[in-house]
Amino acid sequence: MTFRKYLVLAGVTLCASIGDSLLSRGMKQVGNISLNHLSDVILAVINPSVALGILLLLGFFASYMTALSWADLTYVLPATSLGYVLLTLIAKFYLHETVTTTRWIGILLISAGVGFVTQGPALTHHPAKPQPHDAEYESASAREQ
Amino acid sequence: MKQAYAWGAIAAIVLASTTGDVLLSRAMKQVGDVGALWRQSGLWTVLKAILRNPNFLLGVVAMTTAFYSLLFGLSWGDVSLIAPASASLTFVTNAVAARIFLHERVDHRRWMAAVLVAGGVVLLAA
Repeated sequence: MTFRKYLVLAGVTLCASIGDSLLSRGMKQVGNISLNHLSDVILAVINPSVALGILLLLGFFASYMTALSWADLTYVLPATSLGYVLLTLIAKFYLHETVTTTRWIGILLISAGVGFVTQGPALTHHPAKPQPHDAEYESASAREQ
Repeated sequence: MKQAYAWGAIAAIVLASTTGDVLLSRAMKQVGDVGALWRQSGLWTVLKAILRNPNFLLGVVAMTTAFYSLLFGLSWGDVSLIAPASASLTFVTNAVAARIFLHERVDHRRWMAAVLVAGGVVLLAA
């Protein structure tokens, strides 16, 4: 794991939680969407908060795809789940939602899960055939360090 | 009734995004290390390789379904319930799906993480 790769994981975390918060604020402004007016959910993208949220989620998608190209799915997902802690802080201090003690304990458990998985290797499944690029990648990452 | 809508949306998000995550992860493993490929052959080659991958396209369809379920859910429930509950449950279903479909070695460390996150989800919803 190089510094650049940790930056990509940080990008996944930040874009996802800030994007979700903006979407939440926007959808509260839009109001409840009825099952009878499902077209409203498509029109919701006109709202500025929803639009900015979508932009951040695109940033999330790009960094997420990059991370998945060199790490396991079961590594990337928990490694970036520190975003829930950030999301809870945003929900409490910016969206003024009530965050109970029980929810705080839940956030703590999730954080502990993150700690567990990030101590392990990022990639466990190697294709049956040896990859011709492997040596090249290793020398490239050695240079970065 | 609002609660039922919120949990219905969570179920839809979990199903769609697990399918999407598995497909996207498979696609990106087929493409290979994006950073190395970019330095070697440029951004255009990377984008072409990703956009032409059928698993990627199917994954995007599944993720779009998950995204609209999320928008729908957020209009009914708190972001601090819907977003972590769906994403963390997805993490647990992903651990199972990644083992079966992606042949990732999900060791005790990763299962432990799955159990902790699952516990966290229960508490978030309480």
